Amino acid sequence: MKIHEYQSKRVFAKYGVPIPNGKIAIAPKEAYDIAKDLGGKVIVKSQVLVGGRGKAGGVKLAKTPEEAEELAAKILGMKIKGLTVRKVLIDEASNIKSEIYLGITNDREKRMPVMMVSAEGGVEIEEVARVSPEKILKVHINPLLGLQGYQIRDIAASIELPRKNWKEFGVIAKGLWDAYNGSDATLAEINPLIITEEETMLAVDGKMLIDDSALFRHHDLAEMRDLDTEAESETIAREHDLAYIQLDGEIGCMVNGAGLAMTTMDIVTLFGGTAANFLDIGGGANAKKVGAAFRIILSDSNVKAVLINIFGGITRCDEVAKGILEAIEEVKPKVPMVVRLVGTNAEEGRALLADADMITAETLAEAARKVVAVAKEA
Amino acid sequence: MSILINKDTRLLVQGITGNEGLFHSQQMAAYGTNIVAGVTPGKGGEWVMDGKVPVFDSVKIAAEATGANTSVIFVPARFAADAIFEAADAGIELIVCITEGVPVKDMMRVRAYIDQLDTRLLGPNCPGILTPGVAKVGIIPGDIAIPGNVGAVSRSGTLTYEVLYALKQKGMGASTCVGIGGDPVNGTNFIDVLAMFEDDPATDKIVMLGEIGGTDEEKAAEFIATKMTKPVAAFIAGQTAPPGKRMGHAGAIIQSGSGKASDKIKALEKAGVRVAKHPEELPDLFG
Repeated sequence: MKIHEYQSKRVFAKYGVPIPNGKIAIAPKEAYDIAKDLGGKVIVKSQVLVGGRGKAGGVKLAKTPEEAEELAAKILGMKIKGLTVRKVLIDEASNIKSEIYLGITNDREKRMPVMMVSAEGGVEIEEVARVSPEKILKVHINPLLGLQGYQIRDIAASIELPRKNWKEFGVIAKGLWDAYNGSDATLAEINPLIITEEETMLAVDGKMLIDDSALFRHHDLAEMRDLDTEAESETIAREHDLAYIQLDGEIGCMVNGAGLAMTTMDIVTLFGGTAANFLDIGGGANAKKVGAAFRIILSDSNVKAVLINIFGGITRCDEVAKGILEAIEEVKPKVPMVVRLVGTNAEEGRALLADADMITAETLAEAARKVVAVAKEA
Repeated sequence: MSILINKDTRLLVQGITGNEGLFHSQQMAAYGTNIVAGVTPGKGGEWVMDGKVPVFDSVKIAAEATGANTSVIFVPARFAADAIFEAADAGIELIVCITEGVPVKDMMRVRAYIDQLDTRLLGPNCPGILTPGVAKVGIIPGDIAIPGNVGAVSRSGTLTYEVLYALKQKGMGASTCVGIGGDPVNGTNFIDVLAMFEDDPATDKIVMLGEIGGTDEEKAAEFIATKMTKPVAAFIAGQTAPPGKRMGHAGAIIQSGSGKASDKIKALEKAGVRVAKHPEELPDLFG
């Protein structure tokens, strides 16, 4: 789960990382008041969960409160990569002398967090990683030990940080690690971490991703979820504990198990169709959950046919059939449906669906071929 | 013969009194698996499954009393890391964690710790192990596979069932089927299982079911090319998955251009692995 810049920076600050004075505004007048309180010279920053806000004109410097109000009026409501700006962060402007990149993420291959540092901050780190990976220093963190003092000193020395900033940097690096570890983050990034003309350090921009699986122990972070970043159908799916991703094809897919759900999308494509979604109803889904899944698929107006592929294990095919029947009764779908039930209670499931107007299939390939054919006719 | 589990498996079930734990314990016992104990903290002294299986308060007490050598975990995600640490510290040789949704931080800590011990962890977020006709540990339905000489290893649950079923339809059976799970950080990877199959006299050929995310399939390809003599056929799920989206499994995500199905297929084909276009093709690839 992504959280906004201002939220990320507040989390960092909680762990001792210095951030600029600033506040959130949702109206131009508020921006004026905040800028006035901060002394006039501020940065107006759109809070949307996409990269490239600056390039899109969503981050601007204001020299006066009046200018801050004007800029906020322009930026609020602006669309950046499809997302509407609903909030702006008004931060006190800093005099930047130099910029550093400091981030932590999980190194999947090494199975441990890695701190990444570059003396070239402020730019897209992925771009630096691609073009000149030697400019990024990587320090792996043993998850049982945490970030050690010597590692921080190694980093400071490697990036030739002025000695007078070492102590400050130590607090920031340790703070970022504690924020990362304490929030179950999968990314915590300060970009840039600046040294000001006054020779102090400040985290002027921040970004965090939180492990969805760990939100049960971070209710404060869970509440920060921005629903603007997901399709409405995805929000409904999440509330029903369904793994659903909307795609732009024509064949709605309902499957149990993530691997089989991906495979079903692949085979639909292999036989000349396009998948409208990824949907895993999970193990042991009951009729109610199946009904919810079915309604979500049918709410997508691009869907011209539906493929139901269930391999019963923990999931019982008769339960799935009941859910489908209930949903059909309620939604009265007009699109053709192909259903394949195999495994636990498949016969009972097929018997239940015998009177519904559905096309049946024995194998996955047959099911894919049939659904592609009916979608083309539709 | 088989790998990981056999007739000598003495199974302990962590979370045996929960809904899922109890249901699957009954299924495992019905399949012939020797369940010697259950563990649920606070319920020690009770008996479950028609009074045949004793419940203990801790893995240590249970292992000492029953000689359990394998554990299967059905506890909720928030307690999973603790349950794995507990089993590892009690000297359990093989720990199979079925639980889905374990935080990745917990799993990194688990791996950093148990890598120092002689314990093997399978999972989490996996369907477990099935040795057809002998035993099963986990949730793979027993009736979808028959005994045979094909070793199966997979990151996914129902996709594995699909392939076992397709093999069975052609009269082909499995030596052992191993689900390594769909999480980004897990206990056992493809290479570990491929090495076991290479050494297992009961296994003549192997099916490997991978999916998008990470580079385990690429590493497996390298291992197959340099260390294996037995033929391997594979299928990679997620060829049409969009980048940056987590496809159900926590580990199934293409990030910064890494983890794509096409790269995995290319690496495997280069290693001499036959890669199926769809899972029902797999049995034919052994020709």
